[in-house]
Amino acid sequence: MEMQPIKFYQTATFTVGNRLLGEDERSVQANMRRTNSLNSGHRACQGCGEALGARYAIDAAMRACDSRLAAVNATGCLEVFSTPYPETSWQIPWIHSLFGNAAAVAAGMAAAMRVKGRADVRVIAQGGDGGTTDIGFGCLSGMFERNDDVLYICYDNEAYMNTGVQRSSATPPAARTATTAAVGSAPGNVFGTGKNVPLIAMAHGIPYVATASVANLRDLEAKVTKAMGIRGARYIHIHVPCPLGWGSAPADTIKVARLAVESGLFPLFEAEHGEVTGSTRIRRKLPVEEYLSLQKRFAHLFGKPRDTARIEMIQAIADRNVERFGLLG
Amino acid sequence: MLKQIEGSQAMAEAISRCRPEVICAYPITPQTHIVEGLGERVKTGELQNCEFINVESEFAAMSVAIGACAAGARTYTATASQGLLFMAEAVYNAAGLGLPIVMTIGNRAIGAPINIWNDHSDSMSMRDAGWIQLYAETNQEALDLHIQAFRLAEELSCPVMVCVDGFILTHAYDRVDVPAQDRVDAYLPPFRPRQILDPAQPVSIGAMVGPEAFMEVRYLAHHKQLRALRLIPRLSEEFRRHFGRGSGGLLRTYRTEDAETIVVALGSVNGTIQEVVDEMRTAGSRIGSVSICAFRPFPLAALRQALEQAKRVVVIEKSLAVGLGGHLSDGVRKSLSGIVLNGYTVIAGLGGRAITRQSLRQLFKDAEADELDQVTFLDLNADLVAHELEREAQARESGPTAEAILRRIGTVASQIN
Repeated sequence: MEMQPIKFYQTATFTVGNRLLGEDERSVQANMRRTNSLNSGHRACQGCGEALGARYAIDAAMRACDSRLAAVNATGCLEVFSTPYPETSWQIPWIHSLFGNAAAVAAGMAAAMRVKGRADVRVIAQGGDGGTTDIGFGCLSGMFERNDDVLYICYDNEAYMNTGVQRSSATPPAARTATTAAVGSAPGNVFGTGKNVPLIAMAHGIPYVATASVANLRDLEAKVTKAMGIRGARYIHIHVPCPLGWGSAPADTIKVARLAVESGLFPLFEAEHGEVTGSTRIRRKLPVEEYLSLQKRFAHLFGKPRDTARIEMIQAIADRNVERFGLLG
Repeated sequence: MLKQIEGSQAMAEAISRCRPEVICAYPITPQTHIVEGLGERVKTGELQNCEFINVESEFAAMSVAIGACAAGARTYTATASQGLLFMAEAVYNAAGLGLPIVMTIGNRAIGAPINIWNDHSDSMSMRDAGWIQLYAETNQEALDLHIQAFRLAEELSCPVMVCVDGFILTHAYDRVDVPAQDRVDAYLPPFRPRQILDPAQPVSIGAMVGPEAFMEVRYLAHHKQLRALRLIPRLSEEFRRHFGRGSGGLLRTYRTEDAETIVVALGSVNGTIQEVVDEMRTAGSRIGSVSICAFRPFPLAALRQALEQAKRVVVIEKSLAVGLGGHLSDGVRKSLSGIVLNGYTVIAGLGGRAITRQSLRQLFKDAEADELDQVTFLDLNADLVAHELEREAQARESGPTAEAILRRIGTVASQIN
């Protein structure tokens, strides 16, 4: 009798799969002893990708350094929704200074820990894409260049969401924001602009750079854990959907994040000392329409008639990523 | 130990003996020699247990300092002029967070037009940032004030700026007494932070504060400065007993007993003023002067006491509150509330313009005759100004002002008398 080979194929999160794994292979979040570093009760919106990403990232980091961790936060959603005085969701030593200086403050903390004989205390800096790719970019580059012992995590939701969805240098082409209105002959954000900070981080030759997504939380935890095992400047860029800014359903946050990865628009890869060392394969490449059409910020592409030309330009970006990072193996 | 050394090197030695644990260095004239001196001491091992960090901007310098101080390290940096403006946001932040960072300002003008020479425009721009501001009169005082500054900052958990006239003090070779390490250690105990980032006792620092508590937080910053008004004289007196010389304090009077005319100023220009006071006293004038060391907190009561018997006060200002006059005069006038005397603001020495004894003598004589305008610009070239105003009136597209003035006087560099 001819047997049909069966492949287990994971389409949702790894929550179920966790129970099938050995104890030591389970995710940090699956463990009841996780630190809940960003505790419940904060004021993030429903379906906030950043809150999810931060929770997984910081808990994983805490496990990796035996809870000897201190964090810096740039001004932004994560800072505001986690610490309206006198409440705080942070269960770790945490400081917010300014919008554009998280990397430098973290560098100072790392230096102080060294000089005080507390190098066992690790330092994380975190910020949104505005605080990282725009206003905090000088301090970030300085921290990289000096190879300061800091893990910087960027939660990229592709615009200034805290101030009401304005364009940042991480806003993708065609996206509608409050400062790139979906009107005129070239609606939304212009093509050919923006910067790829993971690649710029690599150009500094720092020990570790990775991209991650809230659609692949095991991968995110693994990358944070790996980064925490390394000394020197490290950078992780996490793609975090923002239902408010993107005009997507709060329940679709993971789905939207996954479509960004599966379409090739947000490639998941790792790099060490400036060289790409691995990328996460896409099992089933999907057209960018599936990703774009779930978000109102791209709604103008799907009017009557469809803006086929721009959709094709975005598809070309995805195709180039697939090729550049070897996403199909 | 007595030494004949450059002001910056003297300060570097003193700062080194304060055992800073993190130093952030970014070059800007005229403070650069100070951090260079410190960097060398870290390299040679003379200053141990210190992280010397070459940062990429002044904004980063203060930000690194914020992180280091919040993590419990004694932290120092230095800047000047444009650098202080570039770090402005972090300057306010450090004070708002109550972090006892010590920073030297090598006082220098602010552009445009770009100018590297001395005046007080830079530190004046940050006078309300919540930092304590001390102004040094001599190289010895510049050195001494740093030792007091760490003590003051750490007792109050408030950052301190030591303002030192660029070039006039930073680059001048003068005889100074650099105290020995054990003497400094006895005066300045190790840093015990009021707040610290420590995994054993996690705290959140820098939370968002709304209308329900913001006023109170700001009032407490003011209250801290009021406490400094009492602490500064105490630390200065303790310093005198410990090191055998007076330095710092809120202000110093010079021959003000029975003075009808009193001159008030900040920083190194007081040396010149005192020489002119001596000359005029010899000639029979009843004149004296007050050197203000603590500009923030402003010593309203002490200044009032010094001035209340005078008939007139002349305030020499090395910064211009454009559209108003001077910054120091505001405080002087406030200190004299209810007292009627003639007050004159004199803007002098902007961008390094030399303040000469000759000019001051004439100025003070005019003041004694009450023939000064309320705001005077010392040694202003009135013809040059009139010519430029006329030129601008003649042509709508008159081009850049500063360059036209330089062309007129036939020089490409700043004029120094």
